[in-house]
Amino acid sequence: MIRRLLASVREYKTASFLAPLFVVCEVILEVIIPMLMANLIDYGINKSNMPYIIQIGVTLVVCCLCSLTFGALAGKFAAKAAAGFAKNLRKDMYYNVQNFSFSNIDKFSTSSLVTRLTTDVANVQNAYMMIVRTAFRSPAMIVFSLIMAFRINSEVALVLLGVIPVLAIGFVLIFSNAHPIFEKVFKTYDKLNNIVGENLHGIRVVKSFVREEHEDKKFKNVSQEIYELFIKAEKIIIFNMPLMQFVIYISMILIAWFSSHLIVSAHNDPALGMTTGQLTSMISYLMQMLMNLMMLSMIFMMIIISRASMERIDEVLQEVSDLKNGDNPIYKVKDGSVKFNGVSFSYNGSDKFCLSDVDINIKSGETVGIIGGTGSSKSSLVQLIPRLYDATKGKVLVGGVDVRDYDLETLRNEVVMVLQKNVLFSGTIKENLRWGNPEANDEDIVRVCKLAQADDFIEKFPDKYDTYIEQGGTNVSGGQKQRLCIARALLKKPKILILDDSTSAVDTKTDALIRKAFAEEIPDTTKFIIAQRISSVEDADKIIVLDSGKVNGFGTPAELMKSNKIYREVYESQVKGGNDDE
Amino acid sequence: MSKAAVKAKPDTKKVTENTSAKTNGKSENIPQGGPGGKPQMPKIDSKTVKRLLSYIFSHYKMRFFLVLICIVVSSVVNVISSMFLKTLIDSYIMPLVEQTNPDFAKLTKALTTMACVYACGIFAAYLYQRLMISISQGVLKRVRDEMFEHMQSLPIRYFDTHTHGDIMSYYTNDADTLRQMISQSIPQVFNSIITIVAVFCGMLYTSWYLTIVVVLFVFIQMVVVKNVGGRSGKYFIGQQQSLGKVNGYIEEMITGQKVVKVFCHEEEAKEEFDKLNEELYESAYNANQFANMLMPIMANIGNLQYAVIAIVGAILALSGIGTITVGAIVSFLQLSKSFSMPIAQVSQQFNSIIMALAGAQRIFTLMDEESEVDDGYVTLVNAKREGDKLVECEERTGLWAWKHPHGDGTTTYTELKGDVRLFDVDFGYVPEKIVLHNVKIYAEPGQKVAFVGATGAGKTTITNLINRFYDIADGKIRYDGININKIKKADLRRSLGMVLQETNLFTGSIMDNIRYGKLDATDEECIEAAKLANAHDFISRLPDGYDTMIDGTGGSLSQGQRQLLSIARAAVADPPVMILDEATSSIDTRTESLVTKGMDSLMHGRTVFVIAHRLSTVKNSDVIMVLELGRIIERGNHQQLIAEKGKYYQLYTGAFELE
Repeated sequence: MIRRLLASVREYKTASFLAPLFVVCEVILEVIIPMLMANLIDYGINKSNMPYIIQIGVTLVVCCLCSLTFGALAGKFAAKAAAGFAKNLRKDMYYNVQNFSFSNIDKFSTSSLVTRLTTDVANVQNAYMMIVRTAFRSPAMIVFSLIMAFRINSEVALVLLGVIPVLAIGFVLIFSNAHPIFEKVFKTYDKLNNIVGENLHGIRVVKSFVREEHEDKKFKNVSQEIYELFIKAEKIIIFNMPLMQFVIYISMILIAWFSSHLIVSAHNDPALGMTTGQLTSMISYLMQMLMNLMMLSMIFMMIIISRASMERIDEVLQEVSDLKNGDNPIYKVKDGSVKFNGVSFSYNGSDKFCLSDVDINIKSGETVGIIGGTGSSKSSLVQLIPRLYDATKGKVLVGGVDVRDYDLETLRNEVVMVLQKNVLFSGTIKENLRWGNPEANDEDIVRVCKLAQADDFIEKFPDKYDTYIEQGGTNVSGGQKQRLCIARALLKKPKILILDDSTSAVDTKTDALIRKAFAEEIPDTTKFIIAQRISSVEDADKIIVLDSGKVNGFGTPAELMKSNKIYREVYESQVKGGNDDE
Repeated sequence: MSKAAVKAKPDTKKVTENTSAKTNGKSENIPQGGPGGKPQMPKIDSKTVKRLLSYIFSHYKMRFFLVLICIVVSSVVNVISSMFLKTLIDSYIMPLVEQTNPDFAKLTKALTTMACVYACGIFAAYLYQRLMISISQGVLKRVRDEMFEHMQSLPIRYFDTHTHGDIMSYYTNDADTLRQMISQSIPQVFNSIITIVAVFCGMLYTSWYLTIVVVLFVFIQMVVVKNVGGRSGKYFIGQQQSLGKVNGYIEEMITGQKVVKVFCHEEEAKEEFDKLNEELYESAYNANQFANMLMPIMANIGNLQYAVIAIVGAILALSGIGTITVGAIVSFLQLSKSFSMPIAQVSQQFNSIIMALAGAQRIFTLMDEESEVDDGYVTLVNAKREGDKLVECEERTGLWAWKHPHGDGTTTYTELKGDVRLFDVDFGYVPEKIVLHNVKIYAEPGQKVAFVGATGAGKTTITNLINRFYDIADGKIRYDGININKIKKADLRRSLGMVLQETNLFTGSIMDNIRYGKLDATDEECIEAAKLANAHDFISRLPDGYDTMIDGTGGSLSQGQRQLLSIARAAVADPPVMILDEATSSIDTRTESLVTKGMDSLMHGRTVFVIAHRLSTVKNSDVIMVLELGRIIERGNHQQLIAEKGKYYQLYTGAFELE
């Protein structure tokens, strides 16, 4: 998985290599500096050798400046590498999402995709930067410190070597015990946030049922759970610092003990053995090494933590669209005839079909109404035509050809669907409409808007066709939005037009005008109209009555009125009251 | 340090994830800046600090005091340990070096003493962290609980005027920064300050000449922090802005992904994304670049300081000014190292403290919001009939009465019937803009009263007034003859069943959700209610039936099914008055007519207020009120209104668009 993610580093490979390179340079200098300092004390201060002091002092200053430069450069390249990696990750994910089929999209919720593209990438970015900067630094620091320590005095340096496993085992024990508890804490946090969220959305329900106390109790239970879990986890984590201090202090005492013996026997003469200056360096190396061990353990933790994010990103990258063009795709749709040939369909590919055994034949240019109760799979049926989903069993034919044999883009340019959950994007009305056809000129736009009965209200806006639509189309009413969406679809001049409950918020009169315009202006286009309102479909050529995923009736309205119970019931529940009185 | 990394990271992530899921918030996903990342500098409000500290002191005074002691002990040990090297070299090693037969007994003793001191330090460090856990978690739990409890008591107005995303972030982001501040920043800053003071004293004690050098370097460090940190802070703001843009774009596009696909608009979507993504990269690169540079720069200034001190120290020692020894220089060097570290730490913590205080302030603002006032004194009690008098009783009798205590000490009981009358009611959500004018409504027990009108005509507003989600500006509302201002809100609402268009279900089983209407309802009662709402059929078809788990958004259930559930939930509560606000809008007409049959029996004997878009839903009402711009323009039953040939007639014949 990590390798797959790393493939997104691409053009930032150079930066990713330069950063650790400069880090290593910095480390070398940082290790040399204490050595120079030891010399300064031993040969300079102790020997009262002023020229030497100046000489070493200047060298030290130069080293510091170099180290500073290297450090800054390392930081710069690390930032570049990480930011670039994040950019590419976002890009790769986003591009892949664009390839998703509808069933791929269904698999991830919108909010989860957004989180993956933002928060998760940010986590990985931070971890990557940390790794580039410190993953080399810390081990290098540890190794160099050890080497230098051994060069000073191998016996005393053994102490350093001895504490590494103690610390490492300690860290591993602490983290491995605390980590599962933290995982639980975060799950519980989700629960808490969920309660808050539900209460925010449902505050009217809570208040009208007078359930404030009930909710309080629910919240406090979870809150208590978090409290206890957190304390439990932190109780383990706080052993970190004492452990660290314990190791530092113990090694200091041991080093002090051994070194003083050595220094005394060498009479503090560098030629004979150990000196006080070397003791100071030794302590410096000890501190450097331990600090870096701690850093290493932190990186380790960060990788573990960002693992969840990495997995979530990888899931998106790995998701392969299940709709593919055939080997020799057809680029021309002959006409708008549609044929369902023994079609069964289920969203997850299981055999619990939400559509079963649909056999329907529709001629090009016909208007087809589809009615049926909530959950009778009306939308599922029409979504198979532009191949938003593939039929699980059977075949869907458009213009006499299996939809799977068409080039996807060709098919979707000819079969346009106005979705039930339709969306306008932030931008002007014109910009939104041009989604249908980027080259459309103003006359085209006005023409389709007139067809969709949208021209009237657009003309009433102060900015007319340049009126800015807010994100999600919040500044137009539901009925206006639906009409704009229809206009957008018409601009494509499709052979088949599908309206999935697209006029529900439009009043019956306008609804009738739209249908009339369709019949007059685009008679050759096959039109599918899903509607709750019987009046929207009663003048259709054919009507499909769906009931729990099965075709319950198919025929002209007049035929169905005679033969189909459901159709009659729906008709009566809506139309009857119009001309009689109870 | 590692503690911070372990905790802070993942839960900020989880928390933000959740926030964005709930609120579509754009700003929540922005990770906080690294070291030196300072957004606008809000002022530290001393009131907020005081209030926050009062949470600590009111419950954890002793413990907090102990923590302070422990921190002092631990810092002192730290300083001693830096000074130890000097003592070791000057007082033990150097004299021994001179001796021909060195006696190590004294050295052993000194080291043993040091070991004891260190043990104290370790113990103190452990103890203060251990205590800090219970303090910080305890305070947080209290803040959380109080915040939620208070939130529940706020009037609906608050929820209508604040976005859910904002409120949500009090629980997530703000509470989180607060936790980090209490458990990490406060002790660390305190620790650092003590260390700085102690080390400074140690340095002065060792050599005040060299101390001047150190002070000089501290000054340089400050300047660097200000410049580099400030620059990175500026870019971090930029990063947050571009992140917000990218988030917004991704959200818009992914929400409309299916439309993108239907229109084969993928390429254009990519193009725009690339542009925004590149911008984000630029600002993230710049921001982190400066943040990353800060640490090596600081560290090397520390090294530089080390070198300069060594040189100056050597010069001093050689020239004999300030009588400085070799051991003194060595230990001063050590001290100077312990000095720059806490300074760097404090400068880093400073930002997070400011951010946490800003969060605390937001939380306190929520807590200071005024609760819903309830000065009602008329309560709802179970009653039974004794002769022709109503008597209060304990058990559930199915008969309810308003218990009305009077000023003269007497109490009267009025039977709960469901008679609701509005007299000349005016109302506006804001005083300047009246949305309801002069509304008169008489709903007799058992009547079905319908409201019809365009969005914004004031239909829902009327129901908001009846259950006192909002209070009227002028006029009077009487419930069974009692002014509703005198009725305790909880009792008033208990007597009103609400079914709203937005069906808000809660995480739990379907059974739990139905039982929400009446917490002590038996399974049978719930199932009965579900049957009444026509929900039983689809529930039985679910794999786990009534035990099917659902979450707040209802996920697997269709909008229509959720509406059926919320009708069942209201049915089980069995209230004398019901308010149905677009309760069946997502149920298809055929199912609706089935539900209506159940609803009719449900509504039997109850006063029902119905708001519906679909006229077939309201046709059989006793009274239909047509509202326009906050006024009732027509009233009467279906036949009368049709005969009137007014607005209702136009609506009914489809000549008019309801929006």
